[in-house]
Amino acid sequence: MGLASQRAARATPEETPLLALEDVAVELPSLRGVLRAVDGVSLELKAGRTLGIVGESGSGKTMLSRAVAQLLPRGAKLSGRVAFDGQILSELTPEALRRLRGRALAFIFQDPMTSLNPVLSIGSQLIETLREHLRLDTLSAQRRATELLGEVGIPSPEQRLKQYPHEFSGGMRQRVAIAIALSCEPKLLIADEPTTALDVTVQAQILDLLAREQRRRHMAMILITHDLGVVAGRTDEVAVMYAGRVVERAPTRRLFKAMRMPYTEALIAAIPELEAPPHTPLKAITGLPPDPTRRSPGCAFAPRCPRVGERCLAAAPPLAGDGVHDFACWNPLRPPA
Amino acid sequence: MRLSEIAVPNTLLARVAEAWAGVPAFGWLFWLALAWIGMIVFAAGAADLLPLPSPTDMDMLARRAPSSFEHWLGTDRLGRDMLSRLVHGARISLTVAILAPLIGLLIGGALGILAGYFRGQLETLVVAGVDVLLAFPPLVLALAVMAYLGQTVANLTYIIGVLSIPAFTRVARAATLSIAKREFILAARAMGATELRILLRELLPNVILPLLAFFLLGVAVTIVVEGALSFLGLGVPPPAPSWGGMIGEGRESLEMAPRIALLPALFMFLTVLSFNVVGDTLRAHTDPRQGAA
Amino acid sequence: MLGFIAYRLGYLVPVLLAVTLLTFLIASLLPGDLAHAMLGDQATPEAVEALRRDMGLDQPLWWRYLNWLSGIVQGDFGRSFRTGEPVLRAILARLPVSLELMLLAEVTALAISIPLAIHCAANSGGAFDRVVTGLAFAKLSIPNFMAAILLIYLFAVELRWLPATGYVPLDEDWLGNLRCMLLPALTLALAEWPVLMRVLRSDMITVLQEDYITMARAKGLKSRRILFVHALKPSSLTLITVAGINVGRLIGGAVIVEYVFALPGIGRLLLAAIYTRDFMILQGVVLFVATGFVIVNFLVDLLYAVLDPRIRHAPK
Repeated sequence: MGLASQRAARATPEETPLLALEDVAVELPSLRGVLRAVDGVSLELKAGRTLGIVGESGSGKTMLSRAVAQLLPRGAKLSGRVAFDGQILSELTPEALRRLRGRALAFIFQDPMTSLNPVLSIGSQLIETLREHLRLDTLSAQRRATELLGEVGIPSPEQRLKQYPHEFSGGMRQRVAIAIALSCEPKLLIADEPTTALDVTVQAQILDLLAREQRRRHMAMILITHDLGVVAGRTDEVAVMYAGRVVERAPTRRLFKAMRMPYTEALIAAIPELEAPPHTPLKAITGLPPDPTRRSPGCAFAPRCPRVGERCLAAAPPLAGDGVHDFACWNPLRPPA
Repeated sequence: MRLSEIAVPNTLLARVAEAWAGVPAFGWLFWLALAWIGMIVFAAGAADLLPLPSPTDMDMLARRAPSSFEHWLGTDRLGRDMLSRLVHGARISLTVAILAPLIGLLIGGALGILAGYFRGQLETLVVAGVDVLLAFPPLVLALAVMAYLGQTVANLTYIIGVLSIPAFTRVARAATLSIAKREFILAARAMGATELRILLRELLPNVILPLLAFFLLGVAVTIVVEGALSFLGLGVPPPAPSWGGMIGEGRESLEMAPRIALLPALFMFLTVLSFNVVGDTLRAHTDPRQGAA
Repeated sequence: MLGFIAYRLGYLVPVLLAVTLLTFLIASLLPGDLAHAMLGDQATPEAVEALRRDMGLDQPLWWRYLNWLSGIVQGDFGRSFRTGEPVLRAILARLPVSLELMLLAEVTALAISIPLAIHCAANSGGAFDRVVTGLAFAKLSIPNFMAAILLIYLFAVELRWLPATGYVPLDEDWLGNLRCMLLPALTLALAEWPVLMRVLRSDMITVLQEDYITMARAKGLKSRRILFVHALKPSSLTLITVAGINVGRLIGGAVIVEYVFALPGIGRLLLAAIYTRDFMILQGVVLFVATGFVIVNFLVDLLYAVLDPRIRHAPK
């Protein structure tokens, strides 16, 4: 892992961020009008750090991740700036973008059953990336592929190379997807709900695998999830998204200890506790996320917020704070003493 | 189940059908096609009343003649008037084209509905029978039967009609299967209606629509099959004109007067295309599987 | 895998038997008598009777069927009325020509359809897509014999690039053979390409929306690889099946095409048998062709299973 230690040696606090999003917005055409899935998001991520993006379904987190990789569906409009590794992605030629993907920027999808091609062997799906980006010949690629499968914890990798996705269990398939993503030593790994489609027992294993590889390779990682429990202890920083905007952003520990936005508090409270007595009612958040085709002028969370005030309905609060811990709320929670 | 359907999921037929969805629906093409059909049917029906020379009169002095006042579209290699032959040929081709699929519609439709409604052994028998018929390449079968039975317009109609039965059976059975599941059938049965009554009053009116759309497609196919047989000299017996026969006869005049072969080809193409457009559009609007009817 | 094949074979045998039965029954459609038809109207009643006994026509139907069938499985399809040549030998002598024609036609049809379908699917809704789709639909209304005449008119009469009729055997002069086979193969290919193209296009459009295609793009693979490896393979199942089923249409089309272009294949043998009322040959060719058709469909089923590993491993 010479590359990783080189990277670790080079990283300094003043270094320019690996990924910088500036006022990124994604508009999708829909039957009911234009849908603003992502509504002006600005984020930064430094090399080797992990960012967790948390939100309910419909919060725009998946579209945001696709926007970073420039993999939006047909008809989608992207505005704002996405800067990765010193380059502005929207200014790159399609060919340059293609060389970036899979190599410097890797992606893991939510459902490994549908993200792996069912009629191609696992080996060929691993090897093709190695051959495309690293220009390895077939033999070296095969050896490297076998190594990678071993690194992600798949037993008897030589035989497994020839098998097809449907011959693997869900957890194994996701390990393969991770192996593919890591194969060309990416600088940034985006994992979009990597464990949502898996059994609970397997989820922790996969997340630990990701965390371990991230540390080992000193790789930047974005972990997208709807489950706050996933990001606790596994990310450096967390951004909470609601209705296409970032509503709170803080280092992970600080978020859990001193959250300011009521939505974040509700999310944390909604995590079921193992120690609670049986039949404890789940503290779900009342109401539904807003219709993304119809934006009201006030705060998007206002209809469901227990601390809603007049100001909240009039204007949307900006994302502001001390730069380390930012939040978008007119009536934030008091920080603990 | 057809041999190829055993391995292939049922979606195969649906996929092939789907592949043709996306034909313009009730656009200008549809109305144009309908207009052409109307014109041809009228001309064919009124063939005897129109001021045309006889289609079989030979004028040996004016063979392969270009268009003139007496012969608006010229003459063929035996001096017969092209326009008249085209119009009379239309009559014969269209008669076969309508009667043959009618046989398929009545027999195949009935078989398909019964098979799809009563299921069980009847269905297995019908499907197996249809599969055996489908095991023969249709043109080969038609040729063989014409050879054995004798070359008449009636035999031609019968054999093409029989050959169209499997397709109608399939369509009728598929439509029945999807409609028989619906609640109004169960409701009728719950009210004590006899099976016959259900078949006639509830099922039939709903299945007839996709069948009629398919009938139009059958007309198009029949024109082609009859045309092919007549082209080979084994369809409509000469000297009666038919478009296919005219194309076959025009083959040797391609160098001197290509119009003799190309005019009937054009008429046949436009007619077949029109029936295909109209039939396909109606099918897209009446297929119960696509939730239309 | 073997169990899978055995299972399919179980369906094959009854269908083949039914085919033989139907072929035999068609022959009995002849109004009047086979012997009478052979000898003609001038024949004396005694001669007809003698021939009837000779050919076993006075026996009951079921006996004649079994007798005939037992001959078939031993390779005895009877002899031609005209030439006395064994029917099977006449068929096999002409088989290579028809096979070459059908093979060239299928290859040409696929060579036309696959690139068109891929391009249309990758840019679906665009101008190219709409034009090609319109052409495909229009072509469906042009039957084989019409296409043959049009091609002859264009290439043989007007442009004079290719011969209108004639055949040169492959082992004699392969270039000449290709020149003679080009127009016939193209005629048949033009009949096949609309359905093949549309089916592949439709499947590819569906496949291109799958997650694993987005994943392939996320991996930074070249477009060419994504289209031809990731998208084409899962889309090709229906294509292959339809191509296989089309063999039947090719056989029917081959009859017309061999006739128009004067190629000495099985189709022309069939027509010659009809024109000369040689019913032994007719019966033999019909049986041969129908059997071949059933077997080809059976093989297509197997091929389908080989291509889709999920079918092979699916529980029975």
